[in-house]
Amino acid sequence: MPYSQLIEKMLEGDKRACARLITAVENDSDEAERIMGDIYRYTGNAHIIGITGPPGAGKSTLTDKIVKELIREGKKAGVIAVDPTSPYSGGSILGDRIRMQDLALNPNVFIRSMGTRGYLGGLSKHTKNALKVLDAGGYDYIIIETVGVGQSEVDIVKIADTVLMVMVPGLGDDIQSIKAGIMEIGDIFAINKSDLPGADRTALEVNMMLDLNPDTDRRPPVLMVTAVKNEGIVELVNQIKEHFIYLKESGRFEVRRKNNLKMELVELVEEELRKIVISHAEDENKLNDEVIEIYNKNKNVYEVRDELIRGMGTHLHRG
Amino acid sequence: MKRPIRVLIAKPGLDGHDRGAKVIARALRDAGMEVIYTGLRQTPEQIVAAAVQEDVDVVGMSLLSGAHNYLFPKVVELLKEQGVDDVLIVGGGIIPDEDIPGLKEAGVDEIFTPGTPIAKMVDYIKNNVKR
Amino acid sequence: MFDKEKLSHLKEARQRWEVGVLAKTLSKAPESKAEFKTVSGSVVKRLYTPEDIEDIDYERDLGYPGQYPFTRGYQPTMYRGRPWTMRMYAGFATAEESNERYKYLVSQGSTGLSVAFDLPTQIGYDSDHPLAQGEVGKVGVAIDSLRDMEILFDGIPLDKVSTSMTINAPAAVLLAMYIAVAEKQGVSPDKLRGTIQNDILKEYIARGTYIFPTEPSMRLITDIFDYCSKHVPNWNTISISGYHIREAGSTAAQEVGFTLADGIAYVEAAIKAGLDVDTFAPRLSFFFNSHNDLFEEVAKFRAARRLWARIMKDRFKAKNEKSMMLKFHTQTAGCTLTAQQPDNNIIRVAMQALAAVLGGTQSLHTNSRDEALALPTTDSVTIALRTQQIIANETGVTNTVDPLAGSYYIEAKTKEIEDKAMEYINKIDELGGAARAIDLGYIQKEISDSAYKYQMEIESLERIVVGVNKYQVEEEAPKGLLKVDPIVAEMQKQKINEVKAKRNNLAVEERLSLLKKACEGTENLMPYILNAVKEYATLGEICGVMREVFGEYEQAVLI
Repeated sequence: MPYSQLIEKMLEGDKRACARLITAVENDSDEAERIMGDIYRYTGNAHIIGITGPPGAGKSTLTDKIVKELIREGKKAGVIAVDPTSPYSGGSILGDRIRMQDLALNPNVFIRSMGTRGYLGGLSKHTKNALKVLDAGGYDYIIIETVGVGQSEVDIVKIADTVLMVMVPGLGDDIQSIKAGIMEIGDIFAINKSDLPGADRTALEVNMMLDLNPDTDRRPPVLMVTAVKNEGIVELVNQIKEHFIYLKESGRFEVRRKNNLKMELVELVEEELRKIVISHAEDENKLNDEVIEIYNKNKNVYEVRDELIRGMGTHLHRG
Repeated sequence: MKRPIRVLIAKPGLDGHDRGAKVIARALRDAGMEVIYTGLRQTPEQIVAAAVQEDVDVVGMSLLSGAHNYLFPKVVELLKEQGVDDVLIVGGGIIPDEDIPGLKEAGVDEIFTPGTPIAKMVDYIKNNVKR
Repeated sequence: MFDKEKLSHLKEARQRWEVGVLAKTLSKAPESKAEFKTVSGSVVKRLYTPEDIEDIDYERDLGYPGQYPFTRGYQPTMYRGRPWTMRMYAGFATAEESNERYKYLVSQGSTGLSVAFDLPTQIGYDSDHPLAQGEVGKVGVAIDSLRDMEILFDGIPLDKVSTSMTINAPAAVLLAMYIAVAEKQGVSPDKLRGTIQNDILKEYIARGTYIFPTEPSMRLITDIFDYCSKHVPNWNTISISGYHIREAGSTAAQEVGFTLADGIAYVEAAIKAGLDVDTFAPRLSFFFNSHNDLFEEVAKFRAARRLWARIMKDRFKAKNEKSMMLKFHTQTAGCTLTAQQPDNNIIRVAMQALAAVLGGTQSLHTNSRDEALALPTTDSVTIALRTQQIIANETGVTNTVDPLAGSYYIEAKTKEIEDKAMEYINKIDELGGAARAIDLGYIQKEISDSAYKYQMEIESLERIVVGVNKYQVEEEAPKGLLKVDPIVAEMQKQKINEVKAKRNNLAVEERLSLLKKACEGTENLMPYILNAVKEYATLGEICGVMREVFGEYEQAVLI
């Protein structure tokens, strides 16, 4: 089926078309950019929610409950669940769906599992593309559940409107280890499995850390939840919705989205330039020759950089 | 980068024996595939919904309870209803030889019985994905 | 176990042997492998000597059979008194058909019944539930109401047989039905002997027929402990099972470690519920797997007995010796059966059964040769039963108690498995107990790692499975496999309709609402379940009420 037809069907709410388009845009296919170009005007409506936190925090179960609450009033929710890809085989086991399988049949829910595919735990360009397909597909909420380690926590800020940081008692030094970036990232904190011993202490620690960070006009709330028992979910979802309203009303939504767009644009430009420079240089075996020159101290890296960029100019013209 | 083969590994029905399904899931991952694992007690409807949304190349089902003659064809039928005709469908478990022709006729592409080397399953999948 | 002087003398002699005789042989004919391993992957030395058991103290670690720490057996005379109970797990299709098979087994010398239920029954669904489609009567008998249970035990005097029921999440309901059938036969509950599996933790870990979340499940279990200690005193209220953990791919030490960790969780739950350890602990029983590695298995059974005795005495301060005795049922390892050359399975089962007997089992199920293909036929079951009878009557292994004790290898291995199992128990304690370790996926992950390693060894031919990766032949499809007629589902549905038409539906409703109220409170649920069962409330209705109040368990999966 040609992609234009897929887009049409996707816009009508067809899940299979939506799934196909995601496959196309997550796989650097030739059509990916054209698809992204064509659907761009339908995007920008969804509330994008990032769920992150250490492995074992119960993110999938929590996602499942949050989605169930979000769609209660007839809204549609899309979920992208990211799991790590094995660096050795390139394969992965994507198991987040297990927790959400009773949502699989809900007409208003779409769940897609993705491997990180070499992005070291971060969110790939492909994740962003998939998200836009769901956005265009009319999903009111899009939830991205990250791997929870590595680069993902930093990356999630770049695409999500609301970042939910999930913590859990009894995982030892986790709070300490993610302390570094935690203030800037979490818009809402949820202490999951709050029926376990140590939950109050975890909450206290998070609150203390948040109190140390005065330079924000909005103090992120810290909520106690027990996802498996569906406890605290209604309040959590209210906070998620309220955060979105806050973003819109304070004008931060626009700022954040524009910032994110800028970052995306810069990334795309970087990537494209890199491709052009490198392919141009490698075409003529120039890169290797230059490396030898630099190695022999005949030239320095900065001269060579400038030469390559000048060379790219001609390449661009030829292109 | 070449797109990895995406496989759904599902346990249809009420059977709780997932040793085989888990071993296969790991082996397929180690063969470079993306494996979506859906856990126990999946209805045919859930399996098909997952296959559609995940846009998988392969649906693999494992069943030891003897309900394969009902559940496997049901999944095939529902996939067809959804217009999915380019997914490779394989099954495994305690399945008597005499049931295999019937399952294949119903649209299951291959049945792997106990003792099948994993390498053979991996090769089969690699050689027979339909897209 | 030897004096120091003697040992140092032995050590020197061994070193001389190594550089002399052994080195010479090895230089001419090296061994076939660099390393020899058990089925569980632990390294086996070339030779075991008194040096390997120097830390073992006979009185402290072995003792005498029927005495703490019960390493040599739970009972002083063992099979010289009477052989183990030959208990064949059976059940399929309808209660009528299963009843026929039970009567046949009893006529052939089977000394205990063992009921297999179909999956809908095990998960608390009636045969007419949508999720039951395709599953009714497949892996066991379908029981929907007391009516089916009456048929199942028709003509079998319940005061004369001991009955084991493989039922877990809805164990309370099936036990209630059994009690109700007995009453109709005029047999009072205190005359009933048997076992319910009732081990929910291993369902979460390995077997998958769970219904409710951990907390209410543990409550149901302790309610049964309490009820039975007062009303059904000869009933084994739980069979804490390593069998399925092993089937899922664990090692022998993991089987012991995880099973006993589950056991600890049940004991703790019961104590927390206010029961005195010595009132319920004597009714705890265990269920282990008997796998291929004969010596490792014998050592495993002995290690489990010793470790449990120590746990009950030291950790739980049990005073009654009966609380410390680990009694167990054994089943040969289903996962070792091959679909290829199925008759070879007879040999495998015979050796596994031998290991169980040498390890001192109290009862035994031997698998049938065709179980990798389908449910066993009557002929196959007969061979499996005869295997036990041959071991009991012809081999002479029953003549003395714990015949392998004192073998350097067996004693060293027993100690090794005990130590490794204890390490797992310590790790699980650190995580906050078995229930929490399961919730975190720790136990499941350890098992699936072992399973994967085992499979990879088969793939690489490091491990040989006769007929599967070596000595294969072209085979014709086996004939005459047992098939369950799909009509069974229809028959069950019809029976449900008849029962519902005939019973007092008002009474049923009332009993169910009383049960619901009890579920919301803290009272013992057994009397309420029994009352509902007697009015012919169906299994699905009763479990449905409990599902409503308790919710359902969500599986933790780590691969």
